[in-house]
Parts: sequence; C-alpha cells; structure tokens
Amino acid sequence: MKMAGPNGGPGRRKFGPKAKDVKGSLFRLIKFLIADYKKQLIFVLICLFFGTIALTTTSIFVKNLVEIVEAGLKAGQTAEGFNAAVGFAAIKGDLITLIALMIATAVVGIAATTARERMMATVTQGFLQKMRGRMFSKMQRLPIRYFDTHTHGEIMSYYTNDIDTLRQLISQSLLSFLTCAITLLTLVSIMLYYSIWMSLVLFLGVFVMFRITKYIGGNSAKFFIRQQKSLAKAEGYVEEMMHGQKVVKVFCHEEESLAEFDRLNEQLFEDARQANRFANILMPILNNVGNLLYVLIAFVGGVLLVTKAPSLSLSGQALSIAIVIPFLNMTKQFSQNISQISQQINAVAMGLAGAERIFELLDEEVEEDNGYVTLVNAKIDEDGTIHECAERTGVWAWRHPHAADGTVTYTRLQGDVVFDDVDFGYVEDKIVLHNVSLYARPGQKVAFVGATGAGKTTITNLINRFYDIADGKIRYDGININKIRKSDLRRSLGIVLQETNLFTGTVMDNIRYGRLDATDEECIEAAKLANAHSFITRLPDGYNTMLVSDGANLSQGQRQLLSIARAAVADPPVMILDEATSSIDTRTEALVQKGMDSLMKGRTVFVIAHRLSTVQNSDVIMVLEQGRIIERGNHDALIAEKGKYYQLYTGAFELE
Amino acid sequence: MIKKLAGAIREYKLPSILTPLFVAFEVVVECIIPFVTAQLIDKIRGGVDVAVIAKYGGILVVLALVSLTCGALAGHFCATASSGFGKNLRRDLFSRVQGFSFANIDKFSTSSLVTRLTTDVNNLQNAYMMVIRSAVRSPFMVVFSLVMAFKMCPRMSTIFVAVIPILVFGLALITKKAMPIFRRVFKKYDTLNNSVQENVKGMRVVKSYVREAYEEKKFDTASVDVRNDFVRAEKLLALNAPLMQFCSKSITICVSYFGARLIIGTNEGAMQVGQLSGLITYGMQILMSLMMLSMLFVMLTMAIESGRRVCEVLDEESTLKNPENPIDIVADGSIDFRDVTFKYSEKAERYALEGINLHIESGETVGIIGGTGSSKTTLIQLISRLYDVTDGAVYVGGVDVRNYDIETLRNQVAVVLQKNVLFSGTIKENLRWGDKNATDEELIEAAKSACAHEFIESFPDGYDTYIEQGGTNVSGGQRQRLCIARALLKKPKILILDDSTSAVDTKTDALIRKAFRENIPGTTKLIIAQRISSVQDADQIIVLDGGRVDAVGTHEQLLADNEIYKEVYYSQNKAGDEDGRS
Repeated sequence: MKMAGPNGGPGRRKFGPKAKDVKGSLFRLIKFLIADYKKQLIFVLICLFFGTIALTTTSIFVKNLVEIVEAGLKAGQTAEGFNAAVGFAAIKGDLITLIALMIATAVVGIAATTARERMMATVTQGFLQKMRGRMFSKMQRLPIRYFDTHTHGEIMSYYTNDIDTLRQLISQSLLSFLTCAITLLTLVSIMLYYSIWMSLVLFLGVFVMFRITKYIGGNSAKFFIRQQKSLAKAEGYVEEMMHGQKVVKVFCHEEESLAEFDRLNEQLFEDARQANRFANILMPILNNVGNLLYVLIAFVGGVLLVTKAPSLSLSGQALSIAIVIPFLNMTKQFSQNISQISQQINAVAMGLAGAERIFELLDEEVEEDNGYVTLVNAKIDEDGTIHECAERTGVWAWRHPHAADGTVTYTRLQGDVVFDDVDFGYVEDKIVLHNVSLYARPGQKVAFVGATGAGKTTITNLINRFYDIADGKIRYDGININKIRKSDLRRSLGIVLQETNLFTGTVMDNIRYGRLDATDEECIEAAKLANAHSFITRLPDGYNTMLVSDGANLSQGQRQLLSIARAAVADPPVMILDEATSSIDTRTEALVQKGMDSLMKGRTVFVIAHRLSTVQNSDVIMVLEQGRIIERGNHDALIAEKGKYYQLYTGAFELE
Repeated sequence: MIKKLAGAIREYKLPSILTPLFVAFEVVVECIIPFVTAQLIDKIRGGVDVAVIAKYGGILVVLALVSLTCGALAGHFCATASSGFGKNLRRDLFSRVQGFSFANIDKFSTSSLVTRLTTDVNNLQNAYMMVIRSAVRSPFMVVFSLVMAFKMCPRMSTIFVAVIPILVFGLALITKKAMPIFRRVFKKYDTLNNSVQENVKGMRVVKSYVREAYEEKKFDTASVDVRNDFVRAEKLLALNAPLMQFCSKSITICVSYFGARLIIGTNEGAMQVGQLSGLITYGMQILMSLMMLSMLFVMLTMAIESGRRVCEVLDEESTLKNPENPIDIVADGSIDFRDVTFKYSEKAERYALEGINLHIESGETVGIIGGTGSSKTTLIQLISRLYDVTDGAVYVGGVDVRNYDIETLRNQVAVVLQKNVLFSGTIKENLRWGDKNATDEELIEAAKSACAHEFIESFPDGYDTYIEQGGTNVSGGQRQRLCIARALLKKPKILILDDSTSAVDTKTDALIRKAFRENIPGTTKLIIAQRISSVQDADQIIVLDGGRVDAVGTHEQLLADNEIYKEVYYSQNKAGDEDGRS
C-alpha cells in the first residue's frame, strides 16, 4: 500500500533513487535486523525454506500424477475393451498416496506461510519503529549546525520517504527475493535431475529474460529519475505559487502564473508518460517471452524424444513424456518467478537507497559534550556555605568536581557572563565575531544593537553553546562554559526567539514546556506576566485550546506572547530575548516589558531588538558592526557620544 | 465525484478507451494459450510427431506474439492516458486556485492546497492507471478463465465455482477488518510525522529547554502506538497469502484427484491428461485476479479520500465575481467607506470591522495606526476588493468597488501586502510583475523611488540578481523595498502599504515617503505602520481599535486628544520626550 496519507507532503531531494554503496547498505541493514530480531528472523527463514520447498514440489507430483493416470489407462485396456473399474482399481492405492502427499505438503506450506507472514508483520513494524526511534533520538543529539545545513524537507524525508521504502524492502522485496531464489534453486535441481539438455535450453531463455529486464528496466529507471525531477520542479512551483497566491491576486498575475505552470506540467506529462510506458510494457513482454520459452521447451523436448537423443540427466533417467510434461510446468513457474523478481528490482533499489540515507543520518556526528560541572538546587546557610539539596529552592549552584583532588566545590548561580576576546565563525575560515569582549553583571540588562549579520544572534548562540567558539573564553559565574554540562548550561538560560515555535497540544501544555512540573496556577501566572492571559481567555477553550501546526490559529504577536510565557514559567536565572517582541505592537510591548522587568529583577537579561524603544532602558547597550563591538554604554551615554547609536536613534543610519 | 474527476480525461479519451480494449484482447489471448498448451501436451503424449508439435508450437508462438503486442500497446496507451489525466487534473486545480478570492484561499490553508495539487493528484493519477488497466484486466481474466475452463471440461470447472466464493469471502472479511485499522493508523502516522516536523522546526527551542529526552519519550510513545496498530492490521493482511495458497492448493488437489478419476472413468472421453495442468493454470489465473481485485479495492478506497479533497477545490466557487457590466475606468483615487461592516466568514461571531465611515480625497496621504488585532489589514483589503464587505459599501473614485472589473480595480489599487513574497527569478523579472512591459529605465525609476536602486546596484549582478524562492537571499528590509518598487510599477491611482517598511530603518523610511510625495503626488497613499514616525506627516491619520475607528485627525490633533495615539507615541518616544524636556 504505497499511498501517502493526506498530510504526507512531498519531500524533495535533488539526487536520484540510486544507492551509492548497495552492498554496504544491504549488509548493514541485515546486521541491524539481526541485532533486533535474531530469533524471529531464524523462525521466518525456517518457515520460508520449508514452506517454499513444500509449495514448489507440486511439479513433482504432477509428473507422478500423469504417470499414475497413464498406468491406470493402460491397466484399464482389457481384452473386452476399456474397463474403467479395473483401471482405477489398479492405481487407486498410488493415487490416494499421492493425494495424501499433496495435502500434506500443502498443509505444511500453508502453515509455514501463515506463521512467516504474521511473524514478518511484527518484525517489519517493530524494526521500523526501532529505526524511527534511532533516527529521532539521533536527531535530538545532533548539533544545531546540522539543522543549519539541512533543510526541514530534507530531514523530514528520512521519516516519510526513506522509512517507507525501507518498509517495502523488508516486508515485501527481501522475502519475495528469497522466496523466488529458493523456488528457482529447487526448480533448477529438479530440472537438472531430469534432463540437462532441456535445462540448458531453459537457462538460455532465462538469460534472454534477464537481458530484456535489464534493458527495459534500465530505460524505465532513467525516465523515472527524469520524472522525479520534473515532478519536483512542478511541485516546487506549485508550492511557491500557493504561498504567493495572494500576491498573484493583487497583481492580477493569474494568467502568467498559469502559463508557466502549463509549461512545467507538460514536461512532467512527457516524462511521466515515458517512464510509465517502459514500466508498463515490461510485464507483458516477460510473460510472453515465458510463453515462447514454453513452446521452445516443448519443441526441444519433442525433438529429443523423437530423435531418441542420448539423455543426459543427474538421475540417469531416460527422457520420457512423464518428464517433458512437468518440465513444461516448471518452465512456466520459472518464468513467473523471474517476472516477479523483475517487479521487485525497482523497490529494492529504492529501498537500499533509502537505507543508505538513513544510515547517513545515523552516522552523523553528535553534539559533543565534555562538561562535568552540573547545576543543582541549593540551600545557602547564613554563613554563606552552599549545600546541595534535592528539592526546588529557587536557589541554584554549580557543582564543580575537581578531578585532581576529588573534592567538590559549589558556586552560586548568579548569571555573571564574561566574554573574553572571543572569535567565532560558522565556517572555519570565515570569522564573523572578532575579539568580542563583554561582561554582564548579575541583574543587568544587556542589549545588542546592530544590522542583520552584525553578529547579535551569534553572541547568544555562543552563550548557550549552540556553537563552540574558535578562540577566547566565555565564563559563566567564573566557570569556563566548556566545563559546564550543556544540558545544565541551557537549563540555566531562558531563550525567547523571534521565530516562535509552538507544539501541538493545548495552550497550557505549551506554556508548561518551559518547566514540566509547573502547576496550572504557575502557568497562568506566567501568562499574566507575559500579558498573554487576556487573549488566552478569549480563545474558544481558554487554556485548553488546542494549538495545531505551530499555532497557525494564533497571530504572530500572540505566539510571541506565548513563547515569552513559556520562558517565564521556566524561571531561569539568565534570559535571552532575541527579537522576542518584534511582532508585538509597541503598546502591548510596553506592558510585556513591565511584566518581564519584574520577573527579571536580579537576573541577567540579554536583549536583541530591532526597535530601539525596546532596548532604551537597558543597563548596557552594545552596538555591533560586522562582528565587532563598536560602542558600548547606556542609552544616555551613547546618545551623548554621538556615534553610531546616536545616528541610529535619530534615524540617520540604516539598520536592517 | 467520479464525474467531476472524469472531466480531466478530455483529449486523452482515445487512449483511455484503447487501453481497456487492448487489455481485453490480451486477456482473451492469454486465456486461449493454456487451452492450446493442453492440446499440445496431449499431442506429445499421443506419440511424438515433430510436425504436430511445430504446428501447435506455431499457433502458440503467434498467440504469444499477439498477446505481447496487445499487452505492450495497452501499456503504452495506459501510460499516455494516465499521465494525461494527471496533467489535466493538475491544471484544472491550479487554474481553479488562480480564480480563488482571498476568502477562498483562507478557507483552504496554503499547505493543504499544496498537498491537494501534489500528493492527491499523484494518488488519483495512479488510481486512474489502475482503473483503466488492472481493474479491467482482473474481472476479464476471471470471466474468460472460467469460460475457457468450462469449455475444456465443464465437470471439473465446478471445482472453481466451489472454491472462488471461499476466496472472495475470505478476502472481503480480511479487508473489512483491516481497513478501519489502516485508516486509523495512517492518521496517527501523519500525526507522528507532523510532530517530527514540529520538532525539527523547533529544534532550537527543544535544545534551549533541554527537552531532548522529553521529546524522545513523547515520540516513542506515539511511535509504539503506531507500530501496534500497524502490526495488528498487517497481521490480518498476512492472512491473504495463506488464504490464497489454500484456495490454489485446493484446486490443484481436487483437480488432480477428480481429474484422475474422470480421465480413467471415461477413458479420456470427458477429459484428457493434458488438460490437467491446463485446468490448474486457469484456476491459478482466476485466483490471482481475484487477489488483485481485492488489492485494487483497497487502493481505490484510499484514492477516494484524495478524490474527495481534490473535488473540494474543484467545487469551490470563487466568492468574488466580476459584475455583469463591469466599469473599467477608475476616475480618481478617492476612497469612501460608508457604514462598512465586515466579518471574515458567516460563522464568525465577531465583526472584524464595524460602522466604518471614512472619506479620503484623491492624492491624500493617510496613515493608519492601531494595535495587533485592530483590523488595520482588514480595512485596506476591502479597498481593492480582496474581500467583499458584509454590509455597507466601499467606493473608489466614486463608484462602488463591486461594480468595477476586478482586474481594472486591482491594477489601479496597488497593495503591498504585509506577508509579502518575491518569486524565484531575477530582480527584473520580479519587478515586472507590476508591469510586464516596463522598460529598464522605468524599473530603475521605480526602484529609486522605493530606495532599492542603491542596494540592487551593489549586487554583483545588479538587476539580474537571482532571487531565491521566497526571497531568502535578500534581507527583510531589502525584500520590502523590492515589493514596494514592484507595486509602484503598476502606476496605480491608489497605493497601499501594509506595514511594508517595518524592517526598513527610519531614515530610509522617510526617504521613501519623500519620494512618494515628489514622484507620485497624484496617487492616494495609505500607510499602515507600527511606527508613529512613518505616519506623522500624513494628511490624516486613522486610529483603529478593535475594528472601529477610534479617531481621525492629523498628528497634532491626535497627540492632543487621542489616548491610544498618545500611548503609542510615548511608548516609542519616551527618551525623545525626556530629551525634549531637558
């Protein structure tokens, strides 16, 4: 059932469906399979082996049947003419034995198939679930850098397309291949057993069939790749136009957009037609080559019988009618099996390519974390000594074990952040931050101002170690952040991004994302603080309103308010607001600001904003230009300085 | 629904008819082959005569070649018919969407439109291929195989008649049980994948909150749930193969036993030895075809869902229609709102706009200010008739907008949308959306007015710079200015900027407004903005609040006596105000 569900959107890829390392991927896939389902697979293989042999031996029985019937007919020829009763009596025993044998093999075959198929359902789906789990858990551990360099569509394609081809491969193609292979082997041995000459003729025919499959299949694959390409083009165009449909309307551009669509659609039609044509004619050709082969074998068999050519067979039996007839049946079975294999070839190629891509994902380097300093809840005695404790106290401390002497020291978490001569580049030879030094004292509000690409967001990305610095040092409460375990470092930071991301679930769930053990009251409190409470209560189900597809039913501003509430409930000692209020109107922003200010009292806040009104009341404002801090000071000082900030403020300079 | 979809066959009617025709021929010939084969076997058995073998062999070769030709032709026509059907259907949908109004577009989300035009059309194209090929082949095969089997030996054929119902009943039962599970699990599977997508998009949030383990647990729970349902459904489907084997072995065994008795009983009168395998072949063909039919049934029922979704789009009537005798000249750029009320859908409880009365002179510059959700965008969208008013009327150039030819109206009322997009193509190509015959000089002039010329020139390829899809390779402010230039090229009587300079710095913003004043003085300009500075020199400023006009006036008037305006102003100019006092 290869039908995408209604939402299984098209994942696109530039390259074709070919695997680079077929053997490697296959072996790895099998290794994974064996690791997960060794016993079950052995069971499946045993069932497959005996089941297939049981079902293939029918041809032997047909030979015996013909012999028995012939004998019966002969026995029936009495002196008074044909006597059916006599004839039947002569072979009754043999016939019943044969039928009993047929029933026995059929029962074995069917039982084996049932057991195998049901077991395979468990194995396939179980394996896919495990692979999905592996992929997802791998993905959670990948560095942000990975997500910068791979599009969402590309990543999603692992979960939709590749897993799907894998399912096809494991549940159908692999078994089908094995079944066909065992069947063919059984047939070959029976055939050689009876007649080598006729077998040779058959092999010749099989060779021809393989050549045809290769030729037509190759062409079909070529055009399928072309079809995939033009499909991707057409669908890409559709996507672009649908996203810009309102603009199309505003510019009355409907006809032009339709004309271009027609062009792409026509190309797609041509390629699809070619691809499908080759795919469609393969079967009738193979089937009928099978028929021709049948005739050829009949003819060769006849000639051999007539000329009484010396028989050559493993059994040493002479060629007889009773051999030629089952041989013909086997010929049919043989060609049918080859047709079946040829049908699976595409699926196997695609499945292996899918497996290879999945392995690529699984082979990605994970985010490294050598940190050993952890964040703990703490109590502080009157004398200032810090004790670790299990419950939430609202006070945190860094637990710093020293490997040298085995002692542990505690440092109170305060939110003191220092950059010391930091250099950084997203790619090695392109430094985007130069010699950045800055300090943020606990409780300070530090703002970054500068044009797009000046490095504002980059700085915050370094504090939470989404990226690691190239040179210099960043200290957090006096500890080099490379020593802090990443998860603990990030737990101590609350981040609100311009790009809000909400998750499917209720509004309440989304706020609680900030702190999973927060009570409903705490969540509502946070929402009030973020000034989100009033709009939430106006939603159809209030806090229980379901948000779907990234909160599409909310306005951008409302989503920003929610993500601020989410950060507020996390109640982190340090907060990073990256254009967090850019979509909120200035009046509401002022209200949010008030709430935030009371929340952040005594904590460090980093603010990135485009609107200068957002950053005016900061303790320190840093003006960035091309990765360097060019001015620093508070609003009044910077205005007085009459530098870049002054120019920005008075609108004499461009910021974007 | 079928009729609606069949409308996409059009010029591919001939191949659509030829395909089943050739399939039928192919099936007939394929059914004759075992018949001749049986005779051949009997001839061989009766004493080998090479001439006889050659004769029957010859017939078989001819039959095989005919079958091959028919099959190949059927495959060829089928490819043309189905690809053509898909092409037409895709085009129908696309062109339908081109006729959609904003309200229609809102009704279907963008992503759902994309899915309908891609996945759903592909599903239907495959379904069509199955309908004209496999869905014809299988029933034909069943019927002809039965006919030939009867012809060969009527008494043995009763075995088929006995076995077929077992298979049909068994398949129906399995399908009936498995289908609802599959439907459910596919929905769950989609949800699972959507949650992965959400996770990928929100990776920074996940990592910031250290929710990796939490997300993993959530994913595993959902993934295991999906697995359990899939296993249940597939275990049911797994019964198909043994059922099929049971039926085929039953036929083989029955034919063997009863056939042997019949041959001996009548001394090959009612049946010959050669027909044994012939009958078994027919039996297999019948069973295979029935199996195929049950698979077809399952796949077609799944395509029905796609068909329904596609038809929804095809059936959607545009909510905006050109009037009977459209007016195709817009006299001037004056705008009037008279008692305008608007809500987005009939079901909406709240009016987005209520009791709006406004008069704007041709050539005026008007600012519109208001908080999030105050319906600023809604207001301006009524002017170029992107939506129709619920009550009251909007007049442009003294004429109700509903009386204009829509294209005329929209060419004269240029809107720079808030959610604006550029399309993949060069800057020139993008600008020419405004006027496809614009000369290079006109492009440059418009770009200069929108303060875009300078940065365009700074690109290595200048006006031939390639814009990526969605305009991702230019900055937000640059994108906005290109969009403004594009709208300017329409040389409209009314120009509406919906928060279109939000990412542009205040100085450039001022320069753009200055250019407007100097270069297009006769054009009515409506500017929605968050920044007071963008509107404070307008002829009049409209303050919107909760879908109502709170006040209209100049900057000075509003600053004197409008609370909202004052609040907005001070929230942006706190320090400036202090400076003023100090």
